[in-house]
Amino acid sequence: MLYDVVIVGGGVIGSAIARELMRYRLRAVLVEKECEVGFGTSKSNSGIIHAGHHSAPGTLKGDLEWTGNQMWDPLNADLDFGFKRIGELTVAMNEAQVHEIEALKRQGETRGVPGLEIWDRERTLKAEPNLTPDLLASLSAPTAGVINPYEACFSLVENACINGLELSVENPVLGITPEPDGTLTVKTRHGLYHTRFVINAAGVFADSVAAMVGLNDFRIYVRKGEEYLLDKRLEGFVQRLIFPCPDPVTRSKGILVIPTFDGTLMVGPTSHVVDDKDDLTTTSAGSDEVFDKVTQVVPGISSRDCIAEFAGLRAVADGEDFIIGPTAVKGFINVAGIQSPGLTAAPAIAAMVIDILRDEGLALAPNDHFIPTVPRRVRFGALPIEEKIRLADENPRYAHLICRCEHVSEQEILDAIHDGARTLDGVKFRTRAGMGRCQGGFCTWRIMELLAGELAIPISDVTKRGGGSWIIMQREEGEQQV
Amino acid sequence: MITGKLSHLEQHYDVVVVGGGPAGMAAAVGARDAGAEKILIVDREKEAGGILWQCIHPGFGLHHFKEELTGPEYAQRYLASVMDKGVDVVTGAFVFDADRDRRIQLTSGQHGIRVIDSKALVLGMGARERTRGAIRIPGTRPAGVLTAGLAQKFVNMMGFLPGKRVVILGSGDIGLIMARRLTLEGVEVVGVFEIMPHANGLNRNIVQCLHDFDIPLHLSTTVAHIHGRDRVEKVTVAPVDAALRPIMEKSWDIDCDTLLLSIGLLPENELSRQLGISLDPVTSGPVVSSRMETSMPGVFACGNVVHIHDLVDFVSQESYLAGTNAGEFVTGKRRPADNVRLVPGENVRYCVPHTISTDREHTVYMRVRQPLEKCLIRLGDVYQKKLLYVFPAEMVNLTIRPRFLEQFHGDALRVDVVPRDT
Repeated sequence: MLYDVVIVGGGVIGSAIARELMRYRLRAVLVEKECEVGFGTSKSNSGIIHAGHHSAPGTLKGDLEWTGNQMWDPLNADLDFGFKRIGELTVAMNEAQVHEIEALKRQGETRGVPGLEIWDRERTLKAEPNLTPDLLASLSAPTAGVINPYEACFSLVENACINGLELSVENPVLGITPEPDGTLTVKTRHGLYHTRFVINAAGVFADSVAAMVGLNDFRIYVRKGEEYLLDKRLEGFVQRLIFPCPDPVTRSKGILVIPTFDGTLMVGPTSHVVDDKDDLTTTSAGSDEVFDKVTQVVPGISSRDCIAEFAGLRAVADGEDFIIGPTAVKGFINVAGIQSPGLTAAPAIAAMVIDILRDEGLALAPNDHFIPTVPRRVRFGALPIEEKIRLADENPRYAHLICRCEHVSEQEILDAIHDGARTLDGVKFRTRAGMGRCQGGFCTWRIMELLAGELAIPISDVTKRGGGSWIIMQREEGEQQV
Repeated sequence: MITGKLSHLEQHYDVVVVGGGPAGMAAAVGARDAGAEKILIVDREKEAGGILWQCIHPGFGLHHFKEELTGPEYAQRYLASVMDKGVDVVTGAFVFDADRDRRIQLTSGQHGIRVIDSKALVLGMGARERTRGAIRIPGTRPAGVLTAGLAQKFVNMMGFLPGKRVVILGSGDIGLIMARRLTLEGVEVVGVFEIMPHANGLNRNIVQCLHDFDIPLHLSTTVAHIHGRDRVEKVTVAPVDAALRPIMEKSWDIDCDTLLLSIGLLPENELSRQLGISLDPVTSGPVVSSRMETSMPGVFACGNVVHIHDLVDFVSQESYLAGTNAGEFVTGKRRPADNVRLVPGENVRYCVPHTISTDREHTVYMRVRQPLEKCLIRLGDVYQKKLLYVFPAEMVNLTIRPRFLEQFHGDALRVDVVPRDT
């Protein structure tokens, strides 16, 4: 049976495209090599919806950044993954940097980004008293926001699946063959997909996937970013995203302070080219760089408050811009080189891909039964006390706390498992259980018990994130439960 | 068997104790002995007793019960007296808020969300283990990097092994205990690596858990990199320089599937922060008076939430005192206020309590920064005592008697631990 579209890669780009596609009557499948969507680059994204003024004019990413920014409100209204426009400040420490932020302001205004203002020292420090008193001025951009990128992926794909998307995880693509009749055959670990279109949203591996159909016209190299999460007691230490003035040569956005959607402060990311596309290591040099630089702008931040660290890989194409469009191979469409501001641009990229598919001859008949929403999820810890009491009376599992650091209840974990979480990380990134200051020291075994119970598997089959990420060893024959 | 599972829960109590581990149990007994009538212990686990249940090794109770017990035996004995004294215990319940009127809010699968008033509140939430993030070990993020306490839970409570070939980072007591435990279970423990030039656990554990099992202890050496995508495949270990930075030229790789972390404990003071009580930046625990009262009147604290102890016996002793004072606070019996501040001086990291009074005897707990042999503990210029040795991993305790202070005038006493010849 012929598919209309195979999407290769379930990062935020593939997920956003999948969701838009299901507005139409199509047969589509999303194939993802990890055990969950969003578990590649998207999981370690900074989670920033950029204000719209950062990228240079005349670039595809510059055009899509601001368009994408404005699409996150309606998307969040439908899917409820959580989005807050907390605003950002780009801090200038000297006169040269004041000129830089003024230029950034003009760049944004030309694009139509509203609300950009230069704040003097006094106003900046009044708004953010924990910034260094050595600063001169800042550029305020109220249109910037934060989301949890993995939750956006989960919601987008959950919605797409409600509307008929097929999802296949732990299923890497092994080869793609253009057929004489202009269709394509995608060979995966779990079988063949015969399709009219392939969307190459394979992130850092997009060049390898393109090479499968003989396209070798671009290369993806990876720039690693290390991020460091701080103890939640620092919640509110800064209210807005804090950017240093961008580097005038590299235009790198630098080391940021990110009040994440959940209120945890995160500092990073570094930006260094690495050779290995699986290199998700953090380094002591990266850690030093992050804390050295960040304390120049926010002196109260200390590595002593670090609770966790991780690294992610930006997919950078030659020329630095996004590569989005049809190729010399009929039906094979590239969506590659989606580095920053890729998350911000994702909804705009999805819309653009729909237009490309239409132009390439895909008949797009509206799906009259499209359901735009997903079932709302309860975040018990965030509810007002009256609501907590009511819900706890209805269902005692809401009052049974499993993760004490992030206040996650048993029912929320059961919900996550019913929504498709099959691993510890699947539960963690859906509920925050295990993401807090004890890093799962107290709740790991409870979550393992719940996963084993709900999935009806031996507890030793529970993994961290699929593959070979086992946690405890299987009992040998004859060993008894203690 | 006493399991410490009770379901009785009222709305008003004389004393509410947050945490049913050794600290909370002793505090509840102390409060009852001091005359408090209605006492409640709130514990977040399925049963009270705290981490003792998973500490199935012996070595507990030598000071308190004058005999050697396992952790579960120690918990049982203490729970028995908690039950005897008619203390209410609610388990599976988490206190998520407390205010200065000593009103707590708890959430429990059994009782839902409940608001409970107390006349005195005792904080005994214990500690959590430091994690990888706290020391930012470079490398990948595979499964198989876990704290020694979680491994202990897997092995002793659930009956599962965390891996086949284990490296242990940090020479904290739980790590040492687990080195022996895993060896007995047939796991290969390659070695214990400690970044400091001295061990961080009790000497008796170094001997009984490492030496007796030929497990090497590498001092001034740390794990510099973790390898493996899905599961730990190997770690790179390296000696450290004077600034505790790994010397990578001298590093070597060890194949293993598991890295256990035993790199210290952190007092769990989230509730204390919510209350707004003063915390000591060195201990990360509340500043306490000799009554174990925090900066907020009627709120007491004891056990690992105040400072990390090495022996449960001392937790019980300190917590019984906290409970006694909470009980006296309720019954209206007040002792004279403290009038002398203890100031940690040379080679002393901290002293608990932070203040004492001149009218009665006090036990002061402290930790030193550096190991010393044949040294002196000096209390201002009013008292000094010879010690055979001091060691950062072993808490030093000093009894201060009123007669030491008869000639003392002032409001602060410096405590030093120094070599005998100075």
